[in-house]
Amino acid sequence: MARSVLLRHLGLAVLGLVVVVLVLESTSAFRNAQFATMAYLGIAAGGLTVLTGLNGQLSLGHGALMAIGAYTTALLLQDQQLPLVAVLLVASAVTTLIGAVIGVAAARLHGPYIAGATLALAVAVPGVALYFNDQLGGEQGLNVFVPDVPGWFADAVYFLSAQDVSGSKYVAYVGWLSLIVTFVLLANLSRSRVGRTWRAVRDDEVAAEIAGIPLGRARVLAFVVSAACAGLGGAVMALTVRITAPSGFTLTLSLSLLTAVVLGGLGSLTGALLGAALLTFLPQLVTSLGLDVGLSDLQSAQLAPLVYGLTLALVILLAPAGIVGSVRARWRRQQERATHDYDLPTTTAPPSPARTPGDEPGGDK
Amino acid sequence: MRIPARPTGTTGEGRFELSDVGVSFGGVVALSEVSLEVAPRQVLGVIGPNGAGKTTLFNVACGFVTPDRGTIRWRGVTLRRLRPHQLAGLGIARTLQAMGLFDRMSVLDNVMVGADRHAATGFGSALLALPRSARDERRLRDRAMAVLDELGAASYAGRLPPSLPYAMRKRVSLARALVSNPDLLLLDEPASGLSQGEMAEFGSVLRGLTERMAVLLVEHHMDLVLSVCDEIAVLDFGRLIARGAPDDVRSDPAVLAAYLGVEVREGAASPGGREDNSARSA
Repeated sequence: MARSVLLRHLGLAVLGLVVVVLVLESTSAFRNAQFATMAYLGIAAGGLTVLTGLNGQLSLGHGALMAIGAYTTALLLQDQQLPLVAVLLVASAVTTLIGAVIGVAAARLHGPYIAGATLALAVAVPGVALYFNDQLGGEQGLNVFVPDVPGWFADAVYFLSAQDVSGSKYVAYVGWLSLIVTFVLLANLSRSRVGRTWRAVRDDEVAAEIAGIPLGRARVLAFVVSAACAGLGGAVMALTVRITAPSGFTLTLSLSLLTAVVLGGLGSLTGALLGAALLTFLPQLVTSLGLDVGLSDLQSAQLAPLVYGLTLALVILLAPAGIVGSVRARWRRQQERATHDYDLPTTTAPPSPARTPGDEPGGDK
Repeated sequence: MRIPARPTGTTGEGRFELSDVGVSFGGVVALSEVSLEVAPRQVLGVIGPNGAGKTTLFNVACGFVTPDRGTIRWRGVTLRRLRPHQLAGLGIARTLQAMGLFDRMSVLDNVMVGADRHAATGFGSALLALPRSARDERRLRDRAMAVLDELGAASYAGRLPPSLPYAMRKRVSLARALVSNPDLLLLDEPASGLSQGEMAEFGSVLRGLTERMAVLLVEHHMDLVLSVCDEIAVLDFGRLIARGAPDDVRSDPAVLAAYLGVEVREGAASPGGREDNSARSA
């Protein structure tokens, strides 16, 4: 069955690739840039949904991890000697290593304490660029030199669409190819025993540990995978924005990623992609609508975050599991109703006893 | 009847032993000089009034509490700094009183988590979904389904635990422990919340397990304990006050004193000299 899972994921990847080609070839350079933005947000959100949705660790510092990937990319592309694929891999690897260190520390923390620690990361990392002004460009940041479009790539796209590849379209392709590869790997993990152990740790740490899962190792692994995604997302962001500066990696970026995965549905890759799409297109859509109904530029721009916030509040109120999560939950309930007679409990469940390892003798039976 | 020697007819291998275990929480003594052994294929019940130290004993046995004194030996090897996740690898499985099911995972996935120690592939195989990872998943799934089938829960494999009847959730919890194929099963109040009929069914399931493994059972329901246990150990105020065959324990004066407050003259009665413990539940 797991082999068919791989085939299914590869099939979906091919289908996604076809859609990407169709969309990028039929939209303008401006839209291409927006799709590139959606790609890097989607990659980072995919990693975050694994960490928070599958493993239950709340990170408020993924923007900082993206900064590490972005700055690594900017530095590696200064010489323009490494192939772009190698740059992306190195950027992701560097972030992975730093993520592993953070993950080891975070594995010892729980709930709000992890959030607090990663929040500190989100605040501190942009300051590093200011401290190392000469190497990292300080407040102005580093320019990112996007490599020329490889000949074979331009030929392949021309073969498919009879169109030339612009720089922004090339970056959008790089972003979406990165996203597709990332999502296939994350989906493989999610459907494997690794994903199962992550979910078990999320649902009940004590029961998971008793079942033989080393909690620390599972948590660190989830953080490392998530950091790798954030690093790759940061690398694609650097290519898209073409400048890497502290102002691009404020706490707002980390919180935006979190809202994206909450909107889409925690633990769902489809939800992460949907959240990234909302994050990318909703503000621009609202601004355009505001202008259409006669609002000023400023009013229209101010309307965008308001609508995004309202959308978030409505989703949390009406669909606490996120858009994709709620749809899936409803579908699952319907499936259960269709295939089983609902079994009423024959015994009243007693109240759950406090189950604290090492509880005091006073709480003994 | 006093604390007897080792059970007869067993070998030293495969024995789980707690020797002179002592645990204190601050100034409160939770366990004092408790020694117990569980022999292969033996069902040892641990009973005692509320506050007797049963949970602490259980937590010591599975590594959640490190004893201040004493040793834990399994298959002749002393276990030191035992972490709970290492239990499965040692062939020891435990259920939780609150079941601890993973509510957002299917019943099948719940049980497959328990089979994880039999997985043969690692992170790389899972990441790339290699064929060997596929084979491994299939093997774990078959193993989990076999255990669910044995416990009569196979038809619930695709359901989420919260939608199951309470007794069935108990079975799923047991299946997750059994799927690791343990040599020693630690059961923490497995019959709590079950009706008499369900408890009888559970008792027959439990008796069927004893051909394959030893069982340490902490349970309040005396009917179940008396019907399935080969031996019963009685704790009171952290001390082992009696141990023996069910019939012997049932009539032991110290046990009666601990549970019912019957005055006994023998000095082995529980410390504290309580006059009336009738409010304490069995």
